[in-house]
Amino acid sequence: MPSIEVTGLSKRFGSLTAVDDISFQVEEGEVFGFLGPNGAGKTTTINILCTLMRPTAGSAKVAGYDVATQRDAVRQSIGLVFQDPTLDERLTAYENMRFHAHIYNLPGKEHAPRIEEALRVVDLWDRRHAVVRTYSGGMRRRLEIARGMLHYPHVLFLDEPTIGLDPQTREHIWDYIIELQRKHAITIFMTTHYMEEAEHCDRIGIIDQGKLVALDTPDALKRMVGADIVSLRTDDNARASQEIKERYGLDTQNEDSRIRLEVADGAEFIPRLVRELGVVVASIDLHRPTLDDVFLKLTGRAIRDAEADPLTMMRTYARMMGRGGR
Amino acid sequence: MAAVSAQTTSLPIRGRRAGLQANARGIYIIWYRDIIRYWRDRVRLVSSLGQPLLFLIVFGSGLTASLGGGLKDQLGDVSYVRFLFPGIIAMAVLFTAVFSGMSIVWDREFGFLREVLVAPISRVAVVLGKAAGGSTVAMFQGTILLVLAPVLGVDLSPLVVLKLLLLMFLTAYALTSVGILIAARLQSMEAFQMIMNFLIMPMFFLSGAFFPLRGLPAWMSVITRLDPVAYGVDPMRRLLLGSDLAPGIRFGNHHLTTIEDMLVLFVFATVMMLLAMRSFEKQE
Repeated sequence: MPSIEVTGLSKRFGSLTAVDDISFQVEEGEVFGFLGPNGAGKTTTINILCTLMRPTAGSAKVAGYDVATQRDAVRQSIGLVFQDPTLDERLTAYENMRFHAHIYNLPGKEHAPRIEEALRVVDLWDRRHAVVRTYSGGMRRRLEIARGMLHYPHVLFLDEPTIGLDPQTREHIWDYIIELQRKHAITIFMTTHYMEEAEHCDRIGIIDQGKLVALDTPDALKRMVGADIVSLRTDDNARASQEIKERYGLDTQNEDSRIRLEVADGAEFIPRLVRELGVVVASIDLHRPTLDDVFLKLTGRAIRDAEADPLTMMRTYARMMGRGGR
Repeated sequence: MAAVSAQTTSLPIRGRRAGLQANARGIYIIWYRDIIRYWRDRVRLVSSLGQPLLFLIVFGSGLTASLGGGLKDQLGDVSYVRFLFPGIIAMAVLFTAVFSGMSIVWDREFGFLREVLVAPISRVAVVLGKAAGGSTVAMFQGTILLVLAPVLGVDLSPLVVLKLLLLMFLTAYALTSVGILIAARLQSMEAFQMIMNFLIMPMFFLSGAFFPLRGLPAWMSVITRLDPVAYGVDPMRRLLLGSDLAPGIRFGNHHLTTIEDMLVLFVFATVMMLLAMRSFEKQE
């Protein structure tokens, strides 16, 4: 049984179509990413899947339950970490966890061990009696993740889990997420607009203006864009070009003082090339297609251009300021 | 990537609809959270007593000094400060209760409301938990003022205190539901000042806390009967100072008894709660 099953899902707000007839499935234990600029429909989709919004058309099942007709069952089966904080800042971390344990009706005798386990995983056990207001942005996000896992959900939804955090904290949070995912065989559905983050996913759906424009593994998506690009500078570019053409049957282009060529697997090709080429290689560069390139190819825009709306930037900024205090 | 443990915990299958136990637990923890927050915020706890005390001491003493004779005609042997005392208790209850109910707006603003609304409990439980929390906290706040009773020469037997607690709780419940209903409709704190000026202050002034509700102009008399706080002040005053000063809100020739006051409060609260629940139910 797939963890998430979406069929012909649409959501309209007045004349605006936020989600436009999308269908996909997420298998159990998969880390599935929704990639797209802000306003593409990622959050709307998540809101529908976690029963916070009703779809205009189509249907969706999470953990086998219909999101429109079996809301409580869906809610019991999912964990949520939102873009915006949802902690009570005046309570301690432990009290926030306890609140969650009760409101998800976990058996009383499991509260203490589960809370301890979850807080230890995210390294907050020692700070459990501190009021959340004194936490840094990264600590708060870790607490939210620990809380989202407390009731052992089948599916964990992460909506921009690391937005507004510095790269180092972001890396840590990913370690926690992956550890939790492996340990409990949880399906993860996440949205992001950070390309590096999308790399953690088993499969990625690219969404733009409410439509699902591509869905595949990160590697397959990148292969869509094209081959790796190797560029090199040698003592004798003309001779090197000649030799590459003859030996490997590859076309080369000369660009300033460098030779450019496209090859399927650049990382494997480079050592061979250096070993076999009769010319001394001065420098070599490998450019592998990124998800940025994929997005560019699919939508005609770079993801960064697509998202630069001032309101969002302001919000992100405000959030960072609000959290950066410690 | 971090070293990862290979152990896999199997997941329990949960498919049931949130049952009675789940909802009861939800109500409990929402209530408990309000209690924790109340105790933790001692500064607010103490400072929110400042206003009632100010009214009692400054207003009470000032009016007694300037209008002493006229007050005596109305109140007989009871000093104005004593007359004011039950009204001031109701004031503490009123403000704490409405603000506790309205704190849902803050929860929405700070995001915590989402944690509550996506939980597998019904919206009815959410509203009930919040009402229980606000009522308890407001009752505490009114109770603290009872330490002034000996100073003002008001006798408190354990039975009187018990009855008063019940009245305070019921008044608090009615007013917390007002706060919750406002919060259900209000999207931000911007309208807060307006609600304060056009709803809460009038509710306070027209409740009979400051002056007996008799011999009033007809229009005012009508409004006071629509004020839920009046149905809390009157029985509290009757309990603390006797029925001469608080003969009961009059409808025709009938003066409402304490039980009838309580019934009015309860019905009013129930209507507010139902409206609030409906409002939350509709929200996505």
